[in-house]
Amino acid sequence: MADPMRIRAQLKGDVTEVRVLMAHVMETGQRKDSAGNVVPAFHIQEVTATWNGKSVLTAQFGPAVSQNPVMNFSFKGGAKGDKVVVSWTDTKGDKRTDEAVIS
Amino acid sequence: MEKLRRLTIKAGSSFAVIAAAISAGVLPASAFAEWNKAAFDAKNMNDVLKAMGGGAAEKSGDIAITAPDIAENGAVVPIAVASKLANTQSIAILVEKNPSSLAAQFDIPPGTEPNVGTRVKMGQSSNVHAVVKAGGKYYVATKEIKVTLGGCGG
Amino acid sequence: MKKDKLIAVLLAATALTTLSVQPVLAQAQEDSQKQIERYRELLADGNPAELVEARGETLWKQKRGPKNASLEACDLGLGAGKVAGVNAVLPRYFPDVDRVMDLESRIIYCEITLQGFTMDELTKRPHSLNPSERQTDHEALTVYVVGQSRGAKVNLSQSHPKERESYLRGEKMFFFKGGPYDFACATCHGVDGQRIRLQDLPNFQKADNAQRAFTTWPAYRVSQGAVRTMQWRLLDCFRQQRMPEMVFLSPASIDLITYMGVKGKDGIMDAPAIKR
Repeated sequence: MADPMRIRAQLKGDVTEVRVLMAHVMETGQRKDSAGNVVPAFHIQEVTATWNGKSVLTAQFGPAVSQNPVMNFSFKGGAKGDKVVVSWTDTKGDKRTDEAVIS
Repeated sequence: MEKLRRLTIKAGSSFAVIAAAISAGVLPASAFAEWNKAAFDAKNMNDVLKAMGGGAAEKSGDIAITAPDIAENGAVVPIAVASKLANTQSIAILVEKNPSSLAAQFDIPPGTEPNVGTRVKMGQSSNVHAVVKAGGKYYVATKEIKVTLGGCGG
Repeated sequence: MKKDKLIAVLLAATALTTLSVQPVLAQAQEDSQKQIERYRELLADGNPAELVEARGETLWKQKRGPKNASLEACDLGLGAGKVAGVNAVLPRYFPDVDRVMDLESRIIYCEITLQGFTMDELTKRPHSLNPSERQTDHEALTVYVVGQSRGAKVNLSQSHPKERESYLRGEKMFFFKGGPYDFACATCHGVDGQRIRLQDLPNFQKADNAQRAFTTWPAYRVSQGAVRTMQWRLLDCFRQQRMPEMVFLSPASIDLITYMGVKGKDGIMDAPAIKR
């Protein structure tokens, strides 16, 4: 199973700034292994973020997003103590969901 | 839920199955922002736009790309895009000279700032396009980024 | 006559271009240096090493091994159970083993004594090798402990004779030339202005250079998509010098880290960092 994400959610004025670190190899499908065989693409495809159950961001990633992806976004309306939940799904159908409390 | 999702993918994402799952309350509607394979396979900006269901993109000075002019390593190139266009609905990051242009696309619901950032791989020095959908129309801003060490295949 | 004139003109032109082109080149180089600095700044917030640190913390507190114990009672040099700041005082002398140990040696020592693992199983494959491979437990544990020293001032003890000896051997090795290229660590890291591609190489004879180098390892290498430890860093330096392979946790490796740490005195720990 994939390692947990690191989610930082900070309230700055009336905006909650979120930074998400995801552990994923993000294989491009362009690389060859030492035997000369193409390593098949394997990457996160979809990322969704919710705050108090409301969607605050959905993203689609291709294989060109860097290994161990980093994502920054911000939204209005969050309050300290609220939860931000982030989920991703990759090309093999694996999923990971983690959450952070707004500080 | 996990199983159901995989089943629906195998079934070719049959609309009926998805609709049934949503109406049965098994899945929230937002979980079905289907990964746009055609857009991620497209080799240039026009084809990406077509796959997204849009026409040509208009150049806009209201889109700001924050990125380095030179990236030390193409494997990790930080790119942030901020849009000042009213009703910004989505932001896409495209790398012109990558094997497929589209790197990532973000849907911006109301209440979310039209300002997102991530890091992308660049195989070589290239133009990077930020394509913004706002009020149903597409706009674009472009920045050239030089790469000293390619970030693919190595 | 005509020919002479032409040559004179050419010479003058050459002199002129040399004069005018050089400052332009220097300016361009300075600009690219600034832009590379900006690239590094943009990367600094959002270091994937944090993912590995988090895993290391879980591992550190988890009961593992034949003795089903956690590492929380491990004495890393500032007393049993104390993790904060240890990387700023290591390597140091440990009376219980009567020798100088670096952080990675000491973590493995604790895994053996507290958890009952064997040296063989812990040192067989300490580093992950390719990007698609998960980071090893050793890497995760090391990175977690190192992260707990952020902000601490580097201050290695040199009061024990064995600590002093370790430094002196490290210094000797640093300047020792060998291998097919007749290389020493000092060839790249003992003079100013050396670089490999765009990376400026630290000159260990200068305090600020040594501090920056010592305080930013381990680091997440974006080109490898992985965190690399200080032991790995030295291993790779030896490979680049075409020296015989450095043995993981060897006295030679510990002595060199001692040398670097003493040279980096008063630097502020900022590892795991993120690098090219």
